[in-house]
Amino acid sequence: MVGKQTFPYSLTPPWKSPGGSIMAASARWNHVWVGSETGILKGVNLVRKQAVNFTEAAGRPSREEEVSALCWADAAESQILIGCANRTVKSFSTEEGKFLKSRCCPGGEGTFRGLAKHDGCLITCVESGILRVWPEDSSEHIKELSVGPSVCKMRQDPDRPHIVATGGKENSLKVWDLQGSSQEPIFRAKNVRNDWLNLRVPIWDQDIQFLPDSQKIVTCTGHHQVRVYDLASPQRRPVLEATYGEYPLMAMTLTPGGNSVVVGNTHGQLAEIDIRQGRLVCCLKGLAGSVRGLQCHPTQPILASCGLDRVLRVHRLREPRGLEHKVYLKSRLNCLLLSGRDNWEDEPQEPAPGPPEETETDELWASLEPVVSAAGAKRKQRAPEAQPGGKKRQSLGAQAPLPPLCK
Amino acid sequence: MARSGETGVGGEDRRGTKRKSLADAPREDSEDGAAGSGAPEQPRPAAFPPGFSISEIKNKQRRHFMFVRWKQQQRKEKLAAKKKLKKEREALGDKAPPKPVPKTIENQRVYDETIVDPNDEEVAYDEATDEFASHFNRQTSPKILITTSDRPRGRTVRFCEQLSTVIPNSHVYYRRGLALKRIIPQCISRDFTDLIVINEDRKIPNGLVLSHLPHGPTAHFRMSSVRLRKEIKRKGKEPTQHSPEVILNNFTTRLGHSIGRMFASLFPHDPQFIGRQVATFHNQRDYIFFRFHRYLFKSEKKVGIQELGPRFTLKLRSLQKGTFDSKYGEYEWVHKPREMDTSRRKFHL
Repeated sequence: MVGKQTFPYSLTPPWKSPGGSIMAASARWNHVWVGSETGILKGVNLVRKQAVNFTEAAGRPSREEEVSALCWADAAESQILIGCANRTVKSFSTEEGKFLKSRCCPGGEGTFRGLAKHDGCLITCVESGILRVWPEDSSEHIKELSVGPSVCKMRQDPDRPHIVATGGKENSLKVWDLQGSSQEPIFRAKNVRNDWLNLRVPIWDQDIQFLPDSQKIVTCTGHHQVRVYDLASPQRRPVLEATYGEYPLMAMTLTPGGNSVVVGNTHGQLAEIDIRQGRLVCCLKGLAGSVRGLQCHPTQPILASCGLDRVLRVHRLREPRGLEHKVYLKSRLNCLLLSGRDNWEDEPQEPAPGPPEETETDELWASLEPVVSAAGAKRKQRAPEAQPGGKKRQSLGAQAPLPPLCK
Repeated sequence: MARSGETGVGGEDRRGTKRKSLADAPREDSEDGAAGSGAPEQPRPAAFPPGFSISEIKNKQRRHFMFVRWKQQQRKEKLAAKKKLKKEREALGDKAPPKPVPKTIENQRVYDETIVDPNDEEVAYDEATDEFASHFNRQTSPKILITTSDRPRGRTVRFCEQLSTVIPNSHVYYRRGLALKRIIPQCISRDFTDLIVINEDRKIPNGLVLSHLPHGPTAHFRMSSVRLRKEIKRKGKEPTQHSPEVILNNFTTRLGHSIGRMFASLFPHDPQFIGRQVATFHNQRDYIFFRFHRYLFKSEKKVGIQELGPRFTLKLRSLQKGTFDSKYGEYEWVHKPREMDTSRRKFHL
């Protein structure tokens, strides 16, 4: 019952999905990398409007390898680390567009809640609270911390890579220093005071972000609160608290400028909240399902969001605010990585395949005249070409696959 | 009388306009009731200045009259055009151009990129390994628990009973004010595969929550047009215990596929054709119509159907991943009227 297909070019261009084929050369120009529940890593190029699926060598999607965490392996964004539900961490090269190696990271139960790379070592945190540091070429971890049960998120400080923060359900925010050898966090948040009915306020930290150039941490909770903690102050309680909506906030990202954060909840509502004043700046619409991954570009006001409604959306946060791209990606999406490079639009055009060299067969074809019914036309065409064609045909006589067309 | 009164000045307008059509050469405007063209003159064709429309006449009766006349004219012209077209078609015979297809809202539906392509491997894998896979692999057979909101009234109770005759292996339980989150673990431990909760408001059922049990999705529908068996005209006898066949019509998008599979997993995988019963879920414009019939093939091409069982209409409000948890659950799809209902030709199921 599909009517005529209309493509409003401004918003929903036709997306091509060459499923399964590995477009090696252009994988590095993908703007967004998305991990899905079926274990497929999808690379999306917004300028060329293409979405490509990448699976491991076997080529089949598999639910055991559901992607639960993604992170860049290096600052140059040439490799991605993928944490799967069966406790393997795979590395994928964006330059070549294929999977490099995978390692198994056992210990604890549950899926990966955070992945990070520091100093050549891999840091993993699982849901049951085991945080381990794995060196590059060894299958044994060199450091292990127990963070507490029901972890929802582990995040690494981009300015100081040896600092990680963890938080979860009834597991308050803790900041750990991996360089030291102590098993205690350097900062442990305290719960807010009892509410107006004198009841304990439950804790459920769903996402954590470090604010750049300061010692502040922002968290969003499952009880629709956004809290800011300041590590420099002696106060262990949150410095600022703002609420949004009535549904658990699932994901959060910082905007360029550092003044506000964008949060998404389980109903698909996206909101930008100013963390200096604690007020709502704007809402973004379009999502129909729970938001699972959010990331904002470091300098441009571009926001990528993915969720359970199987669609990746790219919004623009200001001038003008609205939806820019929408890509249907067929599986539920778990997490995403937005490439932070600045030359979004400029993509070096792949060198067009040079004009095919004139080979002898081409000259043969050029010399053969088209079959024409009128005899006169044939004679006119034959006159100038008879000599060179004839010579060529003799040289290639043995190789010419087709019988000569002209009599 | 109003009519006689108008014969003086305005009457000749009407008489004049009665005899001539409106598209006459413009003349002095006689609508203002100017006494220029007086009674003793021949009633001249009334002329109107260009750009005149019937709505400018201030007198309601005259305006109405002019409008009725215009409408009759339009109808005549339309009929004449149709007749002409028909004659042309007959004259051409076989060479006539094909009849133009009328536009309907279903024809004009906005292209939805989530419409499932049957050859799509990724979607096929997704469906083969989703929460309903165990039903479609014949590993589990459905066992349904039907209940209502608290303190249901007569109509809802009767509807639940009839629904349980339609769905095989279903049990109706009275909801004694228990919380759904407490009922669900008990259902799981007793091997129920689905939970149906009929919500009631002011003595009529108006909502349906369908939750697939071990950890499956929960769909929340708004229910309308509920007709019990006694309200259905020309109905047949009671439905028997045979498993019905299931027909799912027009669930084309990815969301529609999920909902369709949810409905299909309510019924046992192998229908008993001896019973000749069929349950139909027909989706049109995002409304799902449920009908239950018994069919009889009178000959190869003719079939007679008898409607048994209740009939109702559903509209999807939200699909939540996981069992019923409206506060903290994650939603896969939520209906947002102000964002999604902006176009009359865009549908989601």
